[in-house]
Amino acid sequence: MNNQAKVWIEKGAYKIKGEFSTPEPNTPIRRKDGKLCGVTNPRRLVHMHSYGGEAPFFEGLAQGRLLGTQCVNNKCEYKGSIYIPFRIFCPDCLAKMKIVDLTAKARKTARIYSYVVTSRTGAFNTLETPIRFIDLEFEGVSTILKSYLLVGEPEIGQRVKPVFRVKPTYTITDLAWVTADTKKPPKGFHL
Amino acid sequence: MIKFTERQLKVPRFMRPVYLVTGGQSQYARAFPEKRTEELCIDALTMAAEFIGMSPAELKGYIHTCYYGHFADHFGDQLLGESVIHDRLGLDPLGNIGVKTGGATGGSTIWEAAKAVASGYSDCALAMGWERMDEVPTDEGNNYIACAADKDWETPLGHIYTGYYATMAQRYWQVFGKSQDSFRRTMAEISVKNHGYARWNPFAQSPMDITVEDVLKSPVVAYPLRVLDCCLMSVGAACVIVADEETAFKMCKNPLRLYIAAGSHSLRVADRRDMEIPLLPNETPDQYQDLDEVFPGGHRYPGFTGFLAARMCAWYAYRMAGVKDPTEDLDFVELHDAFTISDIQTYEDIGIRPYGRGRDYVESGDCYLVNPRTGKQGKLPANLSGGLIGCMHAVGATGIMQVVECALHIWNRHAEIHGNPKLWKSFGKQKPKNWVDVQVPNARRGLAISHAGVGSHVTCTILMHPDHLLKEE
Repeated sequence: MNNQAKVWIEKGAYKIKGEFSTPEPNTPIRRKDGKLCGVTNPRRLVHMHSYGGEAPFFEGLAQGRLLGTQCVNNKCEYKGSIYIPFRIFCPDCLAKMKIVDLTAKARKTARIYSYVVTSRTGAFNTLETPIRFIDLEFEGVSTILKSYLLVGEPEIGQRVKPVFRVKPTYTITDLAWVTADTKKPPKGFHL
Repeated sequence: MIKFTERQLKVPRFMRPVYLVTGGQSQYARAFPEKRTEELCIDALTMAAEFIGMSPAELKGYIHTCYYGHFADHFGDQLLGESVIHDRLGLDPLGNIGVKTGGATGGSTIWEAAKAVASGYSDCALAMGWERMDEVPTDEGNNYIACAADKDWETPLGHIYTGYYATMAQRYWQVFGKSQDSFRRTMAEISVKNHGYARWNPFAQSPMDITVEDVLKSPVVAYPLRVLDCCLMSVGAACVIVADEETAFKMCKNPLRLYIAAGSHSLRVADRRDMEIPLLPNETPDQYQDLDEVFPGGHRYPGFTGFLAARMCAWYAYRMAGVKDPTEDLDFVELHDAFTISDIQTYEDIGIRPYGRGRDYVESGDCYLVNPRTGKQGKLPANLSGGLIGCMHAVGATGIMQVVECALHIWNRHAEIHGNPKLWKSFGKQKPKNWVDVQVPNARRGLAISHAGVGSHVTCTILMHPDHLLKEE
């Protein structure tokens, strides 16, 4: 992958280098009797995607921190509400929220609200199967966080704690969870 | 906590009555390797025209604006697919617009067409929906569907929508189903019923004569959901024509009154904040005070166990149409049975049963045309088309198919279409020798719920025979 797509920003604009769109030859789709019905349309694409104001959350995961946000607008009826998933603006007053570090709260209070275990995945999946999807409640937090469990079998109400990927991908997969009594982090993750 | 203002809770009002004039649909299948999408759409529009004794050209002569429901552009690799269909239907240069609200796309498309007529902008409008999910392998399809979840917070987790949806099912299963075998069997019964009704529907993709045991032995998709608990993935098209009163009665003898409302909730289920349960006309404020005692873990509303969007569209639509109690006021329903468990959740969201008691709708036999417990007519038959589990889920068409099926019952013409051996033959099928007429006797009022994925969008359509309206106007 010498020519792997790379992107950076200069003067407020994307700069790109490498291969972003690779055409491949079409092939015909025929019936067994030879009748032409269609063609394949293969191609490889690279998209560029901005995290915008949510970028601190993904940078935080790379630093082993779980960041949420809190409404600090004195005029908001729901001032003090804490959100994770990280929201840039308060859903009630639409004021920009303050970033808060929820790592300690997560270590002490995270519980499984619901879960499902599945071996089915879609194209481009990077997680090992079966995936133990979990949804997490934290004390004093208005919302629920979706993630996955790497150590232990999930149960509703179970206490868990976060682990973070050692070599970050800067995606939500950098965050995973283990049961609260886990002493040693799974391979590739740190507590 | 989510709170509503009085303005937000205004009962929606059409500026003039809206009528359903006709509807049509194509055959539904997992794939149509030798048919283009427009061929399916033209099949649907042609059926709609013939149903009211018109040629397609005559019907088109009434249409003023067009609303096209097609959710997943990326499946067909064609942006502005609406424009392609509009051209192939020969409807240029009329104004048209695409509608995309996930699994609720069909219902939302009717919502838009109805509002155009209600406002006076158009006297007659076309709502046409379709979906094409057969042009990629299953794992790519799974990834595409997962793109309907939050791109940064959910999709990278497995690229599989099951992982985002089934945790809702898990919570309901454990809290309200109490993980009971009896509840599991009730879920399975819905699949048996809906695949069973699909046997009498020539359009249906998955007619099956199965048992509860067959469902319970089918492969696990994401526990507790098994393959036969899940809806189909389909290709197909459906359409309806809506019009104002004067135009509707010019086009046909017996148009039906149409009411429709919509609700929404967060795309990312994790974002759901607690709130008080918005009450339907057949519920009381003290009714849910002990919900958490009876169903430990049921404290959080809507949490993952209620679909707030479904509750809100019913909240609006019932008040629009004068429905006080759906089980008493309606004669049948077509629900969005994406999964057996979400079907049960919907019974509660739309007030067929109170929260926590949805299973009783099946266990009482009320949901059947003929109640297997009593041998008498079911109180509120559900999904006689076969629903999404037995008939189809061609996303953009689904909510429209449901409304077409509802209308056929009120017109008392269900058997004329479904029992036509020529139609069966035209789809390469043979009409079953033991074919059963599932026309609802004396059908006056029906309801259809069109629902998107984890509940981001839901619409509630209510059809009524004009002689059996519930509300003075």
